[in-house]
Amino acid sequence: MGDLNQQMLDKYRNNFLREVEEKVDDGGWVKMCMQCGVCAGSCTFGPDWEHTPQKIFMMIRAGKREEVLGSHSMWLCTSCYNCMVRCPRELPITHIMHGLASYAHRLGLAPKNQPTRDFSLIFWENCTKTGRVNELRMTISVYFREGFMSGVKKMWTLRNIGRGLFFAKRLNPLELFVSHGCKDKDGLRRALKKADEIEARRRGYAVQPRGYSS
Amino acid sequence: MADMKTAAYICKGCGIGERVDTARMAKVATKEGKMHLAREHDFLCSAAGVQTIQDDIDKEGVTHLVIAACSRRAKTEAFHFPGVALARANIREGVIWARPDTAEARETTQEMADDYLRMGCGEVKKMKLPGGNPDTGHAKRLLVVGGGISGLTAALEASKTGYQVVLVEKSAELGGWTAELYRRMPFREPYADPQHTGMAELIKEVASDANIKLITNAVIAKTDGAPGRFKVDISVESGPSLTEEVGAIIQATGFTTYDIARLPELGGGKSANVIDQAGLERLAKEAADKGQPIRRPSDGGEVKCVVFVQCAGQRDGSGRHLAYCSGFCCGASVKQAMYFKDANPAIDTVVIYDDLRLPGNGEDFYRSAQKKGVTFTKGKVASVEAKGDGCEVKFRDLILDEDAAIAAADLVVLATGQVPNSGVNIDIPEEEVAKMEVKPVSILNLAYRQGKDMPQLTHGFTDSHFICFPYETRRTGIYSAGPVRRPMDIAQAVEDATGATLKAIQAMENAELGRAAHPRSGDLSYPIVQLDGCTQCKRCTVECPFGAIDEDEKTYPVFNESRCRRCGTCMGACPVRVISFENYSCDTVGAQIKAVDMPDEFSEKPRILVLACENDAYPALDMAGMQKNCYSAFVRVIPVRCLGSVNTIWITDALNAGFDGIMMLGCKHGEDYQCHFVKGSELASVRMSKVDDTLKQLALEAERVISHEVAITDIARVPQLINDYAAKINEIGMSPLKGFA
Repeated sequence: MGDLNQQMLDKYRNNFLREVEEKVDDGGWVKMCMQCGVCAGSCTFGPDWEHTPQKIFMMIRAGKREEVLGSHSMWLCTSCYNCMVRCPRELPITHIMHGLASYAHRLGLAPKNQPTRDFSLIFWENCTKTGRVNELRMTISVYFREGFMSGVKKMWTLRNIGRGLFFAKRLNPLELFVSHGCKDKDGLRRALKKADEIEARRRGYAVQPRGYSS
Repeated sequence: MADMKTAAYICKGCGIGERVDTARMAKVATKEGKMHLAREHDFLCSAAGVQTIQDDIDKEGVTHLVIAACSRRAKTEAFHFPGVALARANIREGVIWARPDTAEARETTQEMADDYLRMGCGEVKKMKLPGGNPDTGHAKRLLVVGGGISGLTAALEASKTGYQVVLVEKSAELGGWTAELYRRMPFREPYADPQHTGMAELIKEVASDANIKLITNAVIAKTDGAPGRFKVDISVESGPSLTEEVGAIIQATGFTTYDIARLPELGGGKSANVIDQAGLERLAKEAADKGQPIRRPSDGGEVKCVVFVQCAGQRDGSGRHLAYCSGFCCGASVKQAMYFKDANPAIDTVVIYDDLRLPGNGEDFYRSAQKKGVTFTKGKVASVEAKGDGCEVKFRDLILDEDAAIAAADLVVLATGQVPNSGVNIDIPEEEVAKMEVKPVSILNLAYRQGKDMPQLTHGFTDSHFICFPYETRRTGIYSAGPVRRPMDIAQAVEDATGATLKAIQAMENAELGRAAHPRSGDLSYPIVQLDGCTQCKRCTVECPFGAIDEDEKTYPVFNESRCRRCGTCMGACPVRVISFENYSCDTVGAQIKAVDMPDEFSEKPRILVLACENDAYPALDMAGMQKNCYSAFVRVIPVRCLGSVNTIWITDALNAGFDGIMMLGCKHGEDYQCHFVKGSELASVRMSKVDDTLKQLALEAERVISHEVAITDIARVPQLINDYAAKINEIGMSPLKGFA
């Protein structure tokens, strides 16, 4: 996957703004930002961000490619859409944030061990396997993401909730072994593959399977 | 006056009849006010009411009227009786609406109404019907100084309105800065691209206009006279001098660009590739003439990266450069960045700004530039240095809060500001002018006692009443338009010139009829001086905010009535009280002060005189009444034309008459003044600062005379100020001077 990154570096050299315009969902809007800071002030995550949307846009214009694509900020976005409804220039800020995150992930530049990103990947893998989310497996994968002991600790903390779910028939331990899926699993995989192809063609990538990259 | 016949009319409408005893007021008018006639009417401003008054004027020969009804600011059309002197006693807004409708307030409310009627009776007997200024001029030609966009617009607008114009331009060519531009900022929908300046067409239109006489290569050698009869000597570079008689003048002398050589830290004057916006316009024009792209000035190389530095030598807090924002330069840089982007989108154009100021439709233009790919970076440029073939621009990125640099800019454009061409600053003393390296050159060469050019406000821009009367300068009949008045762009200059032209036409027409220009537009009264009492103290000539008064060889004042705005500042300044207006004088106000019925020391009814500026304070009081914001019944309000017209004799009169306190309400003064007569309230505050000593000599408390700056919007504040002051007077006690007058 490093190849794609190199490919893009070669193609756009130091014009990161153009790269964003062409490769990132809604990236063409970035140049229209007027740096008023309303997004930064509206963000529910405001003080916790490494870079506010305003700064991200400024960094794109300043050509700070590694810093932008390696930023944690886009991954923290909760999609509350506050920035987007308030932006006086009507930039689809939330979409741009997700577009940037997705692009960074694709190039292998996204931050490692970023919880939101890890969760997304686990969710994706889990649900595309059978066409349905296996909640038990997914929960366990998320708990044990940082190692065996921390997983055990987390499960112990939440044991009462687990018991409650079991008695409420919301949790079936058998699912750990046999997960039930959708009817036409092959069809689903083919549909996803096709979607990948279409996107890759539109963005000019070589077709790459989605998944954890490093 | 032997044939003076006086009459008082007391209206009972609008609730006056229910709140006060009008029959008693009618008695007051005849017994105390010595009116020949007093009538009550249920509805005085009705056709029948007005007819009653008109009949008395026609049949009884009434020459002086007092109308005790609403404020003098209300029903002016109904109570318009040309040919008779008229005083208004403000019973509605000033008494019944400003007082609570309660049984215990009834007595003091009645006293208030009686007093206002007495005051009106006193005033009207001292009034004469203003006859109009005899010093009229009949010239209806307009002189326009400056042949740039403002001057040409002014000339053309005046011509279209049917007036003759003389246009004087210093250089050989018309067009000014606008003619130097490659393109101008868009002024029509969709505000997306630079547009043609249209200057060639405009020059052609002016040149072929039969109403406009063009004089190029010429300057003004001398300007003398007054509105309606200015005599202007014009010296032409090669040729005989001319003298033109004009009715009004528009000074549209524009601006000079700030010298970039004064900005060495930004590479100004150090590298050929660092230029100002005017320099880029020249490059763009040359390039367009050759049909080539703009090239690097140093070596003719290809331009790949252009950096625009906003606020270069502007908005400077250090005192070394211009302190203000010139307003047009953000738009100009956006436009110039488009010169490059429209020719070749691959050229990098970066605008480094602190605040991007593109008001109005400029926002669309900004957006268009963003769409075209112009990069906007919020930052402060630290340095521009020649490096390689181009320049390195170092700046502080204000969003990312870090130092950054653009290493290879082929061209750096500094957005420098406008320096007004306003001539001599008449406020600088001659000794200091003598020390200057470059002597200022006068533009109008006014033969006025107060100096050769128009007074300036700040930074060299001509003084005008910025908020209310932007075109009016402090020289009546002379208007400034365009960037000499304030920094502006082409669209604003066109609007400014049009506005100034219409004001100049009004001034000429008013001057012919002997009437005042703004803000007492149409006023027929004018200052009359009794020279035999004059002590040649020069206060009036020095203090007149409008330079209306010259001096003769014996230093007696010479009034130029057509230059006068009728504020009465001269009247307030005169220590021997020889200056007056027919309907406004030391006597008309003095008579009102003396007419107030003064209760004795033990009555617990103090009397407070309020001298309220008729432009802001008095309307605020009227509106307070309309809002039923009640205030103390112990005040007696007298409107004055301007606090500048307040003569200290009124203070003496009031204190002698037994008033316990005097309150002066005028407009804000200082750099952001609100005074309609510019200097009136400031002069009043200087004069009144000296009153304290006099009070001490009389063993009176300094608080007996106070003044406040109020605005027309202070509808709640003014009653509060009055009530607070009434409480204060109650605290310090009654005046010991009661009962001696």
